[in-house]
Amino acid sequence: MVVEHLSKHFGERIAFDDVSFEVGVGEVFGFLGPNGAGKTTTVRTLGTLIAPSSGSAIVAGIPLSPKNGPAIRSRISMMPESPGLYLRLSVRENLECFAGLYRLDDVRGRIGRALGAVSLEDRARDLCGSLSKGLRQRVGLARALLNDPAVLFLDEPTSGLDPVATREVHELIASLRERGVTIFLTTHRLEEAERLCDRVAILNTTLRLIGRPDELRVQLFRRSVDVRLRAPLDDPETVFGAVADVERWEQTPSGYTLAVSDPDLVAPALARALVAADADILSLAESHHSLEDVYLELVDEDVEAKSP
Amino acid sequence: MSFSWTRVGAILHKELRDYRRNRFVIATMAATPVLFIALPTIQLIAASTTGKAVNLRVGLSLLYMLVIPVIMPSVISAYSVAGEREQGTLEPVLTTPIRREEFLIAKALAAFVPTLVVAYAVFGIFLAIAALFAHPVIVSAIYAGTHVLVQLLFTPLLAGWAVWVGIAVSTRTTDVRAGQQLSVLGSAPPLVVIALMSLNVITVSTALAIVLAAALLAFDLLAWRAVAAMFDRERLVTGNRGRSTAGR
Ligand SMILES: Nc1ncnc2c1ncn2[C@@H]1O[C@H](COP(=O)(O)OP(=O)(O)OP(=O)(O)O)[C@@H](O)[C@H]1O
Ligand SMILES: [Mg+2]
Repeated sequence: MVVEHLSKHFGERIAFDDVSFEVGVGEVFGFLGPNGAGKTTTVRTLGTLIAPSSGSAIVAGIPLSPKNGPAIRSRISMMPESPGLYLRLSVRENLECFAGLYRLDDVRGRIGRALGAVSLEDRARDLCGSLSKGLRQRVGLARALLNDPAVLFLDEPTSGLDPVATREVHELIASLRERGVTIFLTTHRLEEAERLCDRVAILNTTLRLIGRPDELRVQLFRRSVDVRLRAPLDDPETVFGAVADVERWEQTPSGYTLAVSDPDLVAPALARALVAADADILSLAESHHSLEDVYLELVDEDVEAKSP
Repeated sequence: MSFSWTRVGAILHKELRDYRRNRFVIATMAATPVLFIALPTIQLIAASTTGKAVNLRVGLSLLYMLVIPVIMPSVISAYSVAGEREQGTLEPVLTTPIRREEFLIAKALAAFVPTLVVAYAVFGIFLAIAALFAHPVIVSAIYAGTHVLVQLLFTPLLAGWAVWVGIAVSTRTTDVRAGQQLSVLGSAPPLVVIALMSLNVITVSTALAIVLAAALLAFDLLAWRAVAAMFDRERLVTGNRGRSTAGR
C-alpha cells in the first residue's frame, strides 16, 4: 500500500491533510491519533468508501480510483469502529451473507476457518444480538477474514472492550501478524500500537511522526533527570558539561532538567559534580516522561474543536 | 466485474431471514391481510344488489386492496437503507465488492417480493370469499370490465413505484420514521389515476388500462435509474449532507 499526499476535506473542514506513507506486505501498521484526528476518514478513503479530495494511493496493489472501487474492495476487508452485525441473524448467517457478497467458493470451509481463527466455532448458531461486545468484535474480525484480504483494515478494534476482551483481540491480531496478514490498525491507544505494530504513524490531521515503535520511543521518550537546587548555579554549563553523558540541559523554575541516555549511570557523577560546585541539592530524580506525554504534546492542538 | 445475482441473492436472503425474526414485520404482514380482507368483504356481502351502487362498491373494495402495494413496500424500503445505517451495518456491506445496482436491486426485491405475495394472496382470498358468500350480481360485477386486469397489472407496478420512492427517501434521510411517512406520501400519486378508474370516473377499456400500465412501468424504470444515479457511497457512509465532492 502506497499513500501519497492524500487529503480529504469535508467542505471547509479538513479531515486529514497531505498524508503520505507506505505499508509493506505482511506488515502491521499502526495509525495513531486522538479523537477527530482523521483516522476513520483515512480508513474509509483507502477502503474506497469516500473519495479523497486530493492525492493518490495504491491499495492492495491497485491504484485508488472510482473505477477500481469494486476491484480494491474485493481484495481488502475492513472492520469499522462498531462491527455492524445483523443482530437478528446468527453468527454463521452473518458470515454467509458476506461470503455471498464476496462471491466466495467453499463457503462452509471458509466460515469454519474464519470462526476457528477467532475461536468462535461453538457460537456459530448463536444470534449476534445475544453476544457480548467482545464476542461481536470477534465475529467482526472473522467476517473480515473471510475473503483472505490482502490488506485488513481494523478501525479501533478494541474500543469499548474490557481488559480481558482487549487482550483476546490483541492476541488475535498478533496471530494474524504471524500468519503474514497485512494489517492497517487505527487506535488511540499507545500501548496497543507498541505491542502489535511493526511500524506506527502518528496522525493529527497531518502526519506527525512515522517509524518503528522502539525508534519512536527513543525519539519521543528522551530520558532525563530533574535536579532541584536551593539556588541556581552560577555557571551551570561548566558543572553539567563536566559530567559525561549529559546531552543537554535546560533551566526550569525549580532547577534544571538534563537530557541523558541513562539516568542511573549519570546520577552519582552528577551528585558529586553538584556537591563540588557547592550547590544545595533538594532532589535528584529521573523525570517521568511517558510516551503518553510526548504523544499528548504532539497531538496537543485541538484540531476538531477549531472552527473551520 | 459485472452484475452478480449471487450478491443480490446474499442481501435478499439476509433480508428475508431478518424479516422472519422481526416481530414487527411478522405482525404487520399478518395483520395486513386480515385488515385488507375484512373491510372489502363486509362491504360486498352487506351490499345491496341493485343499480349503479354495485359497481361502485366493487370498485371501492378493489381500490382499497391496491393500498397494500402502495403502503407496504414504501414502509419496508424506506426502512431498508436508513435502518441499516442506523444499526451500523451499512458500512461493512458497502466495503464489500457489491455494486450499487446490486445493492439497490436486492433492497428493492426485498420489499417487492413480500408485497406481491401478500397483495396477490389478499386478492385471491377476496375473490374466493366473494365467490362463496357474495350475491351473484356482485360476483359478476367483479369479473365485468377491467377490474381483475387492473388489479393484477397494477399491483406490481404500484409496488415498483413505491419501492423506488421508499429507497430514494431512505438513502437521503437520517430519520427512519420521518422517511417512512414521506415515502408513503410519495408513493400515493399513481393511486389517484387508479382511483379514477376503479370508481368509474373514467371508464376504462382494456386498451386504456394497458396503456396506463405501460406508462407506470416507464415511470418505475425511470425511478430506478434516478435512484441508481443518486446513490452515493460517501454520503451513505458519512451522512454528509450535500457538500460531498465524491464520485460514486
Ligand atoms: N461527514 C463529515 N462531515 C464533516 N466533517 C466530518 C465528517 N466526517 C468526519 N468529519 C471530521 O473529520 C475529522 C476527522 O474525523 P474522523 O472520524 O476521521 O476522526 P477519528 O480519528 O476517526 O476520530 P475518533 O478517534 O473519534 O474515531 C473530524 O474533525 C470530524 O469532525
Ligand atoms: Mg474513528
